[in-house]
Amino acid sequence: MIQFERFSLDNGLTVLVHQDKSTPMAVVNVLYDVGARDEVPDKTGFAHLFEHLMFGGSVNIPVYDEPLQLAGGENNAFTTNDLTNYYCQLPAENLETAFWLESDRMLSLAFSKKSLEVQRKVVCEEFKEHYINKPYGDVWHKMRELAYTTHPYRWMTIGKELSHVENATLDDVKAFFRKHYNPSNAILVVAGNVTVEEVKRLAEKWFGPIPAGEKYQRNLPPEPKQTEARSATVKTNVPLDALYKCWHIYPRTDMRYYTADLITEILSGGGSSRLYQSLVKEKQLFSNIECYHLGSTDAGLLTIEGKLVKGVKMEEAEAAVNEELIKLQQEGISQRELDKVKNKTESMIAFEDMSISSRAASLAIYELLGDANLINTELDRYRAVTAEEIQNESKIIFDERNSNTLYYYSNN
Amino acid sequence: MNRTQAPHIKDAVEFDLKLKPYQSFSLDNGVPVYAVDAGAQEVLQLELVFYAGNWFEQQKSVASATNYLLKNGTTTKTAFQLNEEFEYYGAYCNRSCYNETAVVSLSSLSKHLPALLPVIREMITDSVFSSAELDIYKQNTKQRLTVNLKKSDFVAARLSDAYLFGEDHPYGKYTNAADIDALDDSLLKEYFRQYYLNGRCVIFVSGKLPADLQQQLNHSFGDLNIKAFDNKLPVIHALPAAEKKYRIQNDPDGVQGAIRIARSFPNRHHPDFMKVMVLNTVLGGFFGSRLMANIREDKGYTYGIHSYVQNHIQQSAWVISTDAGRDVCEATIEEVYKEMKILREENIEEDELMLVRNYLVGTILGDLDGPFHIMGRWKNLVLNNLTESYFYDSVKTIKTISAGELKALANKYLVPEDFYELVVI
Repeated sequence: MIQFERFSLDNGLTVLVHQDKSTPMAVVNVLYDVGARDEVPDKTGFAHLFEHLMFGGSVNIPVYDEPLQLAGGENNAFTTNDLTNYYCQLPAENLETAFWLESDRMLSLAFSKKSLEVQRKVVCEEFKEHYINKPYGDVWHKMRELAYTTHPYRWMTIGKELSHVENATLDDVKAFFRKHYNPSNAILVVAGNVTVEEVKRLAEKWFGPIPAGEKYQRNLPPEPKQTEARSATVKTNVPLDALYKCWHIYPRTDMRYYTADLITEILSGGGSSRLYQSLVKEKQLFSNIECYHLGSTDAGLLTIEGKLVKGVKMEEAEAAVNEELIKLQQEGISQRELDKVKNKTESMIAFEDMSISSRAASLAIYELLGDANLINTELDRYRAVTAEEIQNESKIIFDERNSNTLYYYSNN
Repeated sequence: MNRTQAPHIKDAVEFDLKLKPYQSFSLDNGVPVYAVDAGAQEVLQLELVFYAGNWFEQQKSVASATNYLLKNGTTTKTAFQLNEEFEYYGAYCNRSCYNETAVVSLSSLSKHLPALLPVIREMITDSVFSSAELDIYKQNTKQRLTVNLKKSDFVAARLSDAYLFGEDHPYGKYTNAADIDALDDSLLKEYFRQYYLNGRCVIFVSGKLPADLQQQLNHSFGDLNIKAFDNKLPVIHALPAAEKKYRIQNDPDGVQGAIRIARSFPNRHHPDFMKVMVLNTVLGGFFGSRLMANIREDKGYTYGIHSYVQNHIQQSAWVISTDAGRDVCEATIEEVYKEMKILREENIEEDELMLVRNYLVGTILGDLDGPFHIMGRWKNLVLNNLTESYFYDSVKTIKTISAGELKALANKYLVPEDFYELVVI
C-alpha cells in the first residue's frame, strides 16, 4: 500500500505528498498534461523540443541545473505521446531548492534565443542517433503512419521529420508555453523524507502566486475503427528481414486494457512464453520475438515484432505467428498460465515500487489518468481478469481486419 | 518574495554518508555470503558470482556461451521447464558474463525463495549443454551480431577496447561470427566443470530477507564442490596498439560518427584513482560537465557526451565517448582536447569545484537508496578486493581535494599524446 495525501492550490495545481522516512532524499516530480498528441501535424516534435528548452533558464533563474547540483541534486525529464514529466531528486534538507527552481519555470521561461538554437541542433542529433543512424530505427515512424489515419499517435514524440524541429521559432515556443505550462495543467508530487505540512507551506509559497492560466481542453480526433487489414513493405539496408504486426487495443482506463496487457505476457513474457517457445526454440523461424504495448493513454497498439532467421521466408514466418494467435483464440489458456502472468505482474509492481522516484512518477501518471490511488488498485484489476476474457479479447484484438503489418526486408 | 534569491541550502559536503553494513557468513564449503537486509517491499535479489568470466577461457566466447546456456536444460528439465519454474513465481533468473566474473542472479518476491533455490542449484550442478540448444544459441547470437555491427557505436566500443588492451586480452578481445561457429558443446561442458562445478564463488543477497536465509542457502549450495572466491587471477598482460589515431568507415550512409577518445588508466588500488573520479566529473562525468556545457549546450554537436573510467578490476581506461553529427566529428575532437588543455593550465574555480563536490555527495546519498543499491556498492568493493575504508576515503577525497591537485592530475593524465582517438561513421 502506497500512502499519499492530496490537496489543491487556488490556482488549480494538484499536489500529492508521499512520505517515506527511510530515505534521506526527496523527489519533486512535476507532470504537465501535454504530449506529442497535442501537437499539430505540421509542427511535430514540439512537446519534446520544449522539454529541452525547460532547462534553458527561467524568468528569474538564468540556469536550472547548477543550483540543483549545488544542492546535491540530480534531475531528468521525459516526453511521451501523452505527457511530459520532470523530476529532481535531492537531499531532503534542500527540498526548497527544487520548489524554487520548478515554480520559476512554471511561472515563465527565459525564452532565450541561444537556448532554442542550440537545443534544435541537440534534438536533431538525438533524432539521428536513435532513429536514423540505427538499423530498423525508422520502424515506428512507418508503423504509426500505417496504423493511425487520424489520431495524432500518427507521429512519434521525436517528430515526423527533422525539419519540424529545425523550423521551430521562438513565437511557437512562447505560444506552446502559454497553452500548456500552467498550474491547471500540472500535477506536483513530492515524495521521500518530507512532511505534508512542510510541502503545503512550500507549495503555497512558491507555486501559490503563479496565475492559474487557462485549462487546456483536449479535443483530439478519435481514430476511426479499422475495418480492413493494412500492410506496407520496406526494403532497405539492414542485415535481416523483420516482421512487425500491430493491432489496435484499448485506452489506458478501459478495463479491457488489463486483459490486453496480460495477453502480451502470455505471448512473450519470457523464456516460457508461447511465441518464444514455439517460434524461436521449436520452429526456429525467428532469432527473437517480442510482444508488447506502450501503455498509451488513448487506445494504443499491441505489437508483435521479430527478426527472421536468415533463409526463412516472410510468408512462412507470418503464418507461424498467425497460427499461435489462432491457437490462443480457439483453445484459450490454462489456469496455470493465467496464474503465471498474474504472479509476474505482482512481482513487477513490487520491483517498480522500490525507488521513491518511480513511486513519485507513478503517482503523478495515475493522478493524470483520474486517480493516484490506482497505484494501489492496479494489481486487483489484473487479478480480476479471467481466462475466458483473455480468449474472448484475443478474438477481438487479433481480428485480421484490425491488423497492421510491416514487412521489413533486407536488401543485402 | 524574491525569486532571484536561491533558498538557503545545506552543502551536501556537510552530509555524513554511511554505507549500511552487511552481515556475512560462510556456507559449509567456505563460500562467503554477503547479505543486506533492508527495504519496504517484499522482494530480494540473489547473485551467485563465479570466477568464470572470459578471463579464463582458452577460446573466444566460451565463457559467455556457457554462462548463457546455464538456463537451457539440465538432465531432468528442458529450457522451457526451467524458465517456467521461475516465471510461474513471477521471478527473473538472469545470467551475465563479465571479464573476471560470470553471474547467475535471481530477482524474486522473498516468499518464493524456498521454491526457487533448488532450481538454481540444478542449473549450476546439472546443466547439460545440449548441441541442439547450442545450435540455436549460435544462430541467434550471430544474427544479433550482424545487426550490432551496423551500429557505429558498437563497432567503436569494441575497436577502442582492442587498441587499449590488445585483441588477445580479456578486456580487448571481441567476438566475430567465426568464433561463434567454432563453439562446440564439449568446450562448454569442460568450462562448466572447471569454473562452475569446481569453481570459485561468492554470494550476494539483498532485500527483505527471510530469517532462515543462512540455512536456506547452506542447504542449497553448502555441500557443492565450489570454493571460496579468493581475488586471485592469473596475470594476463595488455598489449596496447602502437598506432593511436583511427578513422573507420562502417556505413557509407551514416549521419553520425561514434567518437572514442581513450587512454589506459590504473585500477582502484592506485592512489590517483579516487582523485581522478572527481576530475573526470568536471571533465565529462555529469550533465553540468565541461564537455557537456561546451559540446552539447553551447555548440549542439551532439545529444550527449560523457567521460568515464571503465569499471575493470585489473587495469582500467579513461574514456570520452559521444555520437556527433558526421560533419562535426573533427570539430568535436578538437573541442575535447581544448577542454583537456584548460584543465591542465587553469585551476578549477572554487564555485565549480564546490558544485561538483555537492553533486557527487548528493549522488552517493541518493544512490544508497534501497537494499539493491547498497549491495551494489559492497559488491564492487568485495570484487575489487577493497574494504569499507575505500568508500569513506572516496567521500573524503570528494570533500577535500584541492584545485591544485586536480590541475596536477590533469597534467599527468589528460595528455593528448596518451590518448587513442577513433571515429567510426
